[in-house]
Amino acid sequence: MKLAYWMYAGPAHIGTLRVASSFRNVHAIMHAPLGDDYFNVMRSMSERERDFTPVTASVVDRHVLARGSQEKVINSISRKDEEHPDLIVLTPTCTSSILQEDLQNFVERASLSSESDVILADVNYHVNELQAADRTLEQIIRFHLDRARRQSTLDRSVTIAPSANIIGIFTSGFHNQHDCRELKRLPGESGVSVNQVIPEGGYLKYLKDLPRAWFNIIPYREVGLMTAAFFEKEYGMPYISITPMGISNTADFIRQIEKLVNVWAFALAEERLNYKLYIDNQTKFVSQAAWFSKSIDCQNLAGKEAVIFGDATHAASITKILVKEMGIRVSCSGTYCKHDAERFNEQVQGLCNEVIVTEDHTKVGDTIARIEPSAIFGTQMERHIGKRIDIPCGVISSPVHIQNFPLGYRPFLGYEGTNQITDVIYNSFNLGMEDHLPNLFGGHDTKKVSNKSLSTDRRDINRTPEAESEPSRIPGFARGRVKKNTEVFAKQSNILEITIDVTYAAKEKSST
Amino acid sequence: METPEIPTFECETGNYHTFCPISCVAWLYQKIEDSFSLVVGTKTCGYSLQNALGVMIFAEPRYAMAESEEGDISAQLNDQKELEKICLQVKSDRNPSVIIWIGTCTTEIIKMDSEGIAPKLEKQLGIPIVVARANGLDHAFTQGEDTASAAMTHRCPEYYPRDTNQQEEDVTKRVADNAATNTKSFEKTGKLNRRSLVLFGSLPSSVASQLNLESKRQSVPVSGWLPSQKYDELPALGEGVYVCGINPFLSRTATTSMRRRKCQLIGAPFPIGPDGTRAWIDKICSVFGVKSDGPEERESQIRKTLSDYLKIISGKSVFFMGDNLLEISIARFLIRSGMVVYEVGIPYMDRRYQAAELLLLQHTCEEMKKPMPRIVEKPDNYSQVQRMHELQPDLAITGMAHANPLEARGIDTKWSVEFTFAQIHGFVNARDAPELVTRPLRRRSNSISDCCSLSKQIVST
Repeated sequence: MKLAYWMYAGPAHIGTLRVASSFRNVHAIMHAPLGDDYFNVMRSMSERERDFTPVTASVVDRHVLARGSQEKVINSISRKDEEHPDLIVLTPTCTSSILQEDLQNFVERASLSSESDVILADVNYHVNELQAADRTLEQIIRFHLDRARRQSTLDRSVTIAPSANIIGIFTSGFHNQHDCRELKRLPGESGVSVNQVIPEGGYLKYLKDLPRAWFNIIPYREVGLMTAAFFEKEYGMPYISITPMGISNTADFIRQIEKLVNVWAFALAEERLNYKLYIDNQTKFVSQAAWFSKSIDCQNLAGKEAVIFGDATHAASITKILVKEMGIRVSCSGTYCKHDAERFNEQVQGLCNEVIVTEDHTKVGDTIARIEPSAIFGTQMERHIGKRIDIPCGVISSPVHIQNFPLGYRPFLGYEGTNQITDVIYNSFNLGMEDHLPNLFGGHDTKKVSNKSLSTDRRDINRTPEAESEPSRIPGFARGRVKKNTEVFAKQSNILEITIDVTYAAKEKSST
Repeated sequence: METPEIPTFECETGNYHTFCPISCVAWLYQKIEDSFSLVVGTKTCGYSLQNALGVMIFAEPRYAMAESEEGDISAQLNDQKELEKICLQVKSDRNPSVIIWIGTCTTEIIKMDSEGIAPKLEKQLGIPIVVARANGLDHAFTQGEDTASAAMTHRCPEYYPRDTNQQEEDVTKRVADNAATNTKSFEKTGKLNRRSLVLFGSLPSSVASQLNLESKRQSVPVSGWLPSQKYDELPALGEGVYVCGINPFLSRTATTSMRRRKCQLIGAPFPIGPDGTRAWIDKICSVFGVKSDGPEERESQIRKTLSDYLKIISGKSVFFMGDNLLEISIARFLIRSGMVVYEVGIPYMDRRYQAAELLLLQHTCEEMKKPMPRIVEKPDNYSQVQRMHELQPDLAITGMAHANPLEARGIDTKWSVEFTFAQIHGFVNARDAPELVTRPLRRRSNSISDCCSLSKQIVST
């Protein structure tokens, strides 16, 4: 057992439900006790979903505990049949995993009488939400394609014009809807059409046409890679797993498209496409991010420190943007995607001083408190950590609140995405002069210096009243740093009480 | 006049949406200031809590998960040692006066002997450990609080009536006084009342003291609350103590205090809405042999202040999908306010504990000449939505899973969970419940779109 207050990624069944309910006319039945259908609330609330979430529970209660589910699951499945879904996904939860009932047997029995297809989601409590989503998506696709192949309804001829599938856009994903619109536009403008987007809004009956696309696009590392690997192995379809987030990543992404399109274009029509001009134009005129990096505003950001935490895709991309495109120092970059740690390390290598891979938010909090950056880019949890220690935070990754499902157009991907990200970053740092001038003159308010600290290993050192008031004369963004330096200096020189003299001595020492 | 309809009860499949009963930690840890709630369960439990509690999570709550890992489930690890490790950590970090273990489905399935382990660890740690089995296998939403209060009933100190003979005289004297004069004199004697009144149910302290005051006005002072603001202020229970519930979902606590602590239960309607509050006071007074002092005038006076709300809701129809067991009381209040109730869904109906409330509902329907609503236990949400399509109620009181979809289909909704957290008890808070109920209806009058359906589904079922 471990003591836990908060988790970044949910349990496995949430991932399965997210994928299943993103497809159209797919119904999920959870084998779960009363109250575990919490997913319906999340989807209905955070995404302001207009339709009933196609998820119900086959309730596990005291009787099930005593006698087993018996006919209950099968009855639940055949009742859902009345609504004529194309597919019913039986979803195990933590509880049912421990019960170890033979759910596969129920599925087989139910599918004899059911008009819908019935499958058992191949997930268990060892994986988290994201891994489960990845696996369930692959499972549904494989199920339908294998059957189409058996029934020889599979159309394997590639489309005449270049086309791509976008895989991994789904419900409750961070800005997924907006990213999807931007992603459709990105290849679209250069003559590559979108064959299908899955799972969001996808119909199962069209899945058999997925192999007609020339290649697959996997915008987020967390979900879709297994499906892409399946297509590559079984159908020889290449895929792009570069996330087009930030100017250079987007350019890489388009170059990759160019490469993949040209393989076929050359074979079919003996012509090559060249996207260099497109990239140049977009970078110069559509995206303002490149110009912003050169502007005076961005100069003020140079050398400021930031800490980044989030899922592997967003944390890695934002780290790259901050360091390479804006000249901001990233002291620490981290992710909670432990299963993808190796790749994450590789991505952010050389871009930051420190890499942190953890699922424990108190560790992240302590790291932030220790570093005291000028801004944090993280999840809602980091936003709250920032609030407590008075450091601004931009939210760049799930888990998020309802406020991160904006109605307005806010993609993170593509060229419009670069503009949005620039705004998020720039607005998160305190504006240079606004912050600097009032503090230089002692501030407009008499707010006390925040003594709250998340760092646990801090020894208490006395401060004389004069020394106590000293930090308020230091500009806010540097205040924490100076205070800490003084304490470290005091510790090193075995000084038990910090006076003003000690403060200045510490400053002298650190500036030499 | 028609013969009074007797309430009919139906029971459906139990396929409905509600919160997991472990959600009770949300208000219990806030109510009992020096407690720490430890939910022993899996990631699923933790995830539902962190989403249900939203912002509270960030405020350093006095609750946490003891998250079961592979080794716990396959019994490679010793439950007692694991819990000891965690409780020691909690003790050193927070130093609570009591740790409440909230058992979950997982602890039930792996048959963890929490009740057996707790006394051992309690001795070792020197902190009381209360075990509440608030799991989704047996309970729904607010019943979680019931399991916790019932467990705490055992921890209440024993009640010793002081000097019985003398008080006996006092009581007889007081009753005589009461019959004779009905003056302030029983202010004095009231304090000496040998019989003590303990109320159970967790309420915000302001609401609790309002009810205290209401009761004191009738010279029946409340001697304690279960749960109390602090763990060591738990009220004394025992023979001669009268207990009375203030919420409809506390049947287990009622049973425990009667059977195990020999208390006498006052079966009253619940003090929700001015009519409920009045009936509640009347009942307590009658048990204590006191003539109630003016709740009738109080009720009509309060009712007058509600006239603006009543104008809006009068004649409108409402449908309760059912998820928090407050349904009967709120339906009764709404019928009294002139609404028509089509259906009252309710997770669990204890007909003995809620008897007085059901009777009041029946009388209210008669008096207001409204049909008796059908009461559906363990409802089936899917069938309910079908019924709602036919009935087209003006308002659906429902969980958040259905609220937005119903709104998109042109049915106004109110989230039921708000009634759990709003202050709806007593005369003082009489405006809060109609405020909640009328909010969607008030919004309707100046609605920007008159589309009957904003649903995206083309074929509506």
